[in-house]
Amino acid sequence: MLALAAALALLPLVFANNYHYEVAILVGLNAIIAVGLNLLIGYAGQISLGHAGFFGVGAYGSAILSARYGWPQLAALAASTALTAALAYAVGRPILRLKGHYLAMATLGLGVIVSIVIATEDRLTGGPDGMGVPPLAAFGAALSGERAWYALVAALLVLSVWLALNLIESPHGRALRALHGSEVAAEAIGIDSARHKVLAFVLSAVFASVAGSLTAHYSGFITPSRVTFLHSIELVTMVVFGGMASTFGAVVGAALLTGLPQLLTVLKEYEMVVFGAVLMATMIFFPKGLVPSLAAAARRFAR
Amino acid sequence: MRIASLARTAAGLFAGLAAAFAAPGAQAQEPIRIGAFLAVTGPAAFLGDPEQKTLELYIEKLNAAGGVLGRKLALVSYDTAGDAEKARTFAKRLIEQDKVDVIVGGTTTGETMAVVPMVEQAEIPFISLAGAVVIVEPVKKWVFKTPHTDRMACEKIFADMTSRGARRIALISGSGGFDKSMRAQCLAAAKGRGIEIVADESYGPGDKDMTVQLTKIKNTAGVQAVLNAGFGEGPAIVTRNYRQLGIAAPLYQSHGVASKEYIKLSGAAAEGVRLPAAALLIAESLPDSDPQKKVVLAYKREYESRFNSEVSTFGGHAYDGLMLAVEAMKKAGTTEKTKVRDALQSIRGWMGTAGVFNLSPTDHMGLDLSAFRMLEVRKGAWTEVK
Repeated sequence: MLALAAALALLPLVFANNYHYEVAILVGLNAIIAVGLNLLIGYAGQISLGHAGFFGVGAYGSAILSARYGWPQLAALAASTALTAALAYAVGRPILRLKGHYLAMATLGLGVIVSIVIATEDRLTGGPDGMGVPPLAAFGAALSGERAWYALVAALLVLSVWLALNLIESPHGRALRALHGSEVAAEAIGIDSARHKVLAFVLSAVFASVAGSLTAHYSGFITPSRVTFLHSIELVTMVVFGGMASTFGAVVGAALLTGLPQLLTVLKEYEMVVFGAVLMATMIFFPKGLVPSLAAAARRFAR
Repeated sequence: MRIASLARTAAGLFAGLAAAFAAPGAQAQEPIRIGAFLAVTGPAAFLGDPEQKTLELYIEKLNAAGGVLGRKLALVSYDTAGDAEKARTFAKRLIEQDKVDVIVGGTTTGETMAVVPMVEQAEIPFISLAGAVVIVEPVKKWVFKTPHTDRMACEKIFADMTSRGARRIALISGSGGFDKSMRAQCLAAAKGRGIEIVADESYGPGDKDMTVQLTKIKNTAGVQAVLNAGFGEGPAIVTRNYRQLGIAAPLYQSHGVASKEYIKLSGAAAEGVRLPAAALLIAESLPDSDPQKKVVLAYKREYESRFNSEVSTFGGHAYDGLMLAVEAMKKAGTTEKTKVRDALQSIRGWMGTAGVFNLSPTDHMGLDLSAFRMLEVRKGAWTEVK
């Protein structure tokens, strides 16, 4: 926890230009989503292939309310977060009764519906060509410049990691882990499985929504390409790659999956091949994800 | 043998990686850096791929001829896969890290619009290769574009319809970005031209049959012409269904399907279909007196002999973008950004593959309706309608 905060505070020392800040900000925003999603996938053991949808509700909610209706940005952010939470709750109640493939299908459907609505309601969303979003402003001052954004995103990331770590060590977190182990056994000892699963689902949706709102304000422009099924998969990959049931794993996963493609651009046509090979090699040699596997190796080495 | 070549490849990769991390070194004769971000892969690859190839080909050719202002050109290009968010990150990289002198790119309107605020702030000349009118209207200080707009396509089509006495028309369009943008522009352009849109149908992406929509149009009283805004497979299906239903009114397609592929997909049904397109499509059959012939024929031959694949107007937009940038640098005698921008918007009468460019501080595209030729499919080939 402290190490993460220290690392985030020291990172700007090696940033040579604004492009480095840009990548760091994107990593941070993705990491916030991954930390939230990890609560659902890694701890509660439920899959979601529709989180880009929640990201989209947050992003477009903020964009539409502030650009089309002139709401203050923070109010728009709060309203779209509330909307996402309500949506996740309403949808989560029935679909979290599903398991395995069926749950995956249901969340996938949810994500696809959101992305179709955004692409077709062009009067509100600008359709496939996207729409402009005003910069984030509060109390009369606009947040601009990569440095200020980096500070905000870094602070929020530390906050989300802190929230996630606390939650996991709370009775709720223990209940989630029990659910992951065996739902029947958990219910036998009196855990209300539906309530805990829905709570994890809503929480992870809220993380994605807030990150979505911030991404929209930071970019100043949003298109439906961020709300597609592929983006949902990307988010799940971040969690699995970094290591399920490891909050820091989610951060590492987000950092690698966001940063690696930027490094690999020099390979031109081979970029995707090498990227795929790296992912495969990681899953073969670190089957539990990077952070848990490396931590286990470090423990063995210490003994 | 195989291992040796593998090792060589690996060494090459590492060298590439090392080069990527090293800052651009200061040399006496630094190359002029042309930045590009294009949708080389992904759903818009049919646009981005020829653009990328064209940039590579012509930068090589320019360098072989001694470069520009006595300096070589260097292309720094990234693949956005059509993702606006990636486009933004790569544009920032081009500006901040690669320190390019000019940016030519932005295959789709979404990618382009996502980087416009950044380009304006960084004050770097940016020539977009995307279609929509919003890119240059209202005029942005640093943003230019080379392709025709969808509004021009609508105007050209409406002019042709009017000359054939058709004033009550039906519109059928897909649900993609291009389709929707063109539909909106056509609806706007119809007003004030005495064109009445009596039916307005749409189809989804991946629909395999449009007879329902077309039957509705057929049953609408007094339809004198039909316009289909779209690209890809949809328009070919519309064309086939159109003939199957035996609709007599003339069918117009958009510049989005201006390629041999469309005729191949629609077969005999394409006969008699009209669409507006750049002269590049009929390069060989242009009369020698046509001022555009030399430019489009040269580009077509160059591209086709190098890549062994058919030339497309989309690659032509990249040619125009790159050559306009080079023209502006020559005119300014420097790569200093403000001067290049000023030189760009003072280019008049410059012939590109899309038509004659007459840029000005209030017009950052510079093409007029003469850039579009009205073509008709006759005996399976494009023929210009005079």
